[in-house]
Amino acid sequence: MSKELIRLVNCSMAFDDELVLDNINLYINDSEFLTLLGPSGCGKTTTLRIIGGFTTPTAGEVLFDGVRINDVPPHLRQVNTVFQRYALFPHLNVFDNVAFGLRIPKAEESGETKGRKKKKVKIPESEIKERVMEMLEVVSLKGFEHRHITELSGGQQQRVAIARALVNRPKVLLLDEPLGALDLRLRKDMQNELKRIQQQMGITFIYVTHDQEEALAMSDTIVVMDQGKIQQIGRPEDIYNEPKNAFVADFIGESNILDGIMHEDYVVEFFNRKFRCLDKGFAPMEPVDVVIRPEDIDIVPEDEGQLKGTVTAVTFKGVHYDTIVDFKGFKWLIQTTEFHPVGQTIGIVLNPDDIHIMHKSQYSGMFGDYSSYSEEYDEMDDVTLLDEEDDEEDRDHEE
Amino acid sequence: MRNKRALFVIPYVGWMTLFVVAPIIIVVIYALTTAGGEFTLSNFARMGTYTSVFVRSFELAIIATLICLLIGYPLAYVMAKEGPRFQRIAMVLIMLPMWMNFLLRTYAWMSLLENNGLLNQAFSALGIIDLGNAINGALNSFCAWLNNGLLEWINGLFGSDFLLNTARPTDQTFFRMLFTQGAVVLGMVYNYLPFMVLPIYSVLVKMDNSLVEAARDLGANTTYVFRKVIFPLSLPGVLSGVTMVFVPAVSTFAISKMLGGGTQLMLGDLIEMLFMGSAYNPNLGAAVSIVMMLIVVVCMWVMNRFGEGEEQAVML
Repeated sequence: MSKELIRLVNCSMAFDDELVLDNINLYINDSEFLTLLGPSGCGKTTTLRIIGGFTTPTAGEVLFDGVRINDVPPHLRQVNTVFQRYALFPHLNVFDNVAFGLRIPKAEESGETKGRKKKKVKIPESEIKERVMEMLEVVSLKGFEHRHITELSGGQQQRVAIARALVNRPKVLLLDEPLGALDLRLRKDMQNELKRIQQQMGITFIYVTHDQEEALAMSDTIVVMDQGKIQQIGRPEDIYNEPKNAFVADFIGESNILDGIMHEDYVVEFFNRKFRCLDKGFAPMEPVDVVIRPEDIDIVPEDEGQLKGTVTAVTFKGVHYDTIVDFKGFKWLIQTTEFHPVGQTIGIVLNPDDIHIMHKSQYSGMFGDYSSYSEEYDEMDDVTLLDEEDDEEDRDHEE
Repeated sequence: MRNKRALFVIPYVGWMTLFVVAPIIIVVIYALTTAGGEFTLSNFARMGTYTSVFVRSFELAIIATLICLLIGYPLAYVMAKEGPRFQRIAMVLIMLPMWMNFLLRTYAWMSLLENNGLLNQAFSALGIIDLGNAINGALNSFCAWLNNGLLEWINGLFGSDFLLNTARPTDQTFFRMLFTQGAVVLGMVYNYLPFMVLPIYSVLVKMDNSLVEAARDLGANTTYVFRKVIFPLSLPGVLSGVTMVFVPAVSTFAISKMLGGGTQLMLGDLIEMLFMGSAYNPNLGAAVSIVMMLIVVVCMWVMNRFGEGEEQAVML
């Protein structure tokens, strides 16, 4: 389960003079579901393309099973890709699309390679048929084999793309924002489907997305990236509960991020008040970023609270209310199931395990203030917008 | 709203009726009548006389189309793969000759190909003509040796009289290039090549590169990607290129007249002769035109049927 399969050592990538990947170090275990998560332009797609063999890093090494594969072309790698727009062959039907990889004559892998005789071997058509049908069943597309690609819905095309990649029995499947073009409901279904397929086949998935929810729901390991650097690697729970810096805290879920000072182990000061927390190991009086998740905050009557604030906006979100509360000019997002009208003064209580302390970073002060609440929130939700930006990025990076 | 917009199409419909539909009807009437205006099918019955012209026209047009394809496809492919700078330059070079009149270009080829034209002068200066004579001489001797040995024996055995040509000229002072089939094909290729390159290029340049990457990813090497993905997807471009070269090539008369010098009578020349020239017979000319048109239409129809699946796929 935990055997290492792929390792990137000091990988950097520059297009012209623009550094896209900055010294990436990453290892990926066998049978792992690993997600590269980050905003567009963070280098996640480039990382995936390096593993797939479509780009060669300008510096550093790519190791597969301990062997350097920097110069191995994509068609000789034991890796298959599901492309962002599926890249299905429009001139072939479902069956022929899935069978494409199987029909390619492969050089025989006999033990002795005497001479330079490369004998090409073809898989017999009967076996191809068997494997294609088996794979179509895995992706629930049985009976669609003679359909034309144009006659399929987005979700079905997605499944064909997955089947086409998996039928070659790769050791690793790379998925480049595969659900980006699907609507929300279909996305949720496909998330479960992908996770099921990954567990059923027992192979490594490397998944690229900018959707943090998707990443949290599916991954064994999440790699958060920004500006060509890895910001944090960890299990979804660790990334969410113990973000390393303000960027991660903001990108994964919602966070209120405040300036604080660490007095001693387990004691932090912000808003001129000391709070107990569970963090230690900081220098005495070190300035820190304090993360408080909106759902962890309890609203209490004004005089029972540790802090007092005024409600400035309320949005109903279904399960909860997004309540924006002004604390001395700094606005917090609080998620509660109770309704508090605009203008009401409320108090809040923070328990020690609601508070997470981070070292200061280049991202300090950039995130976690909900003063410009509406704009920021909308932007995060607008998947299509991000999608388009991502495409532009991809196109720029071709060749 | 819809009806108002439909009004804009009237000039075009009028134009088409006046200058396309009406002439075709007139040609059909001519073809089906005698000089006196009586109905007859004899014009079509005489078509057999011109079989050789039909065969030559289609043969030369097919050869020219194939050569255009063999030159044009790689060119279009390289253009589509290269950067925008290269594309612009290549495009200008392809279009440049087309900014000059077609007849002038063909005249230029005449003076290039002439017996004492520029090319022959260059060949002579470079010793290529002497080399050609020497090769011919060597071939002559070799063929004579075969004739006297092996072939004599075989002929004796089977009672046949097959002999190789031993009379290749060895005293040429120039190569005869003008007024040959080769010159006609050259003229066609030169004039129609852009019509092959451009449609293929426009299909290739629009092709989604991720399809190529997907094929590579699935284990295909460069040749396999080309055979199974790039070429099939570029077929619509190839088909329209072939159409745009073949149709004018099969009906050309200027090129065959100027570069073939009347030795390579093609359908276009024949029709011209029957309408304007020595063998004045517009009724027969109309019949020839119609037969040619029908053959071309059938060719195109078969080809388009052939490529229909791909065309749809690329419409996507």
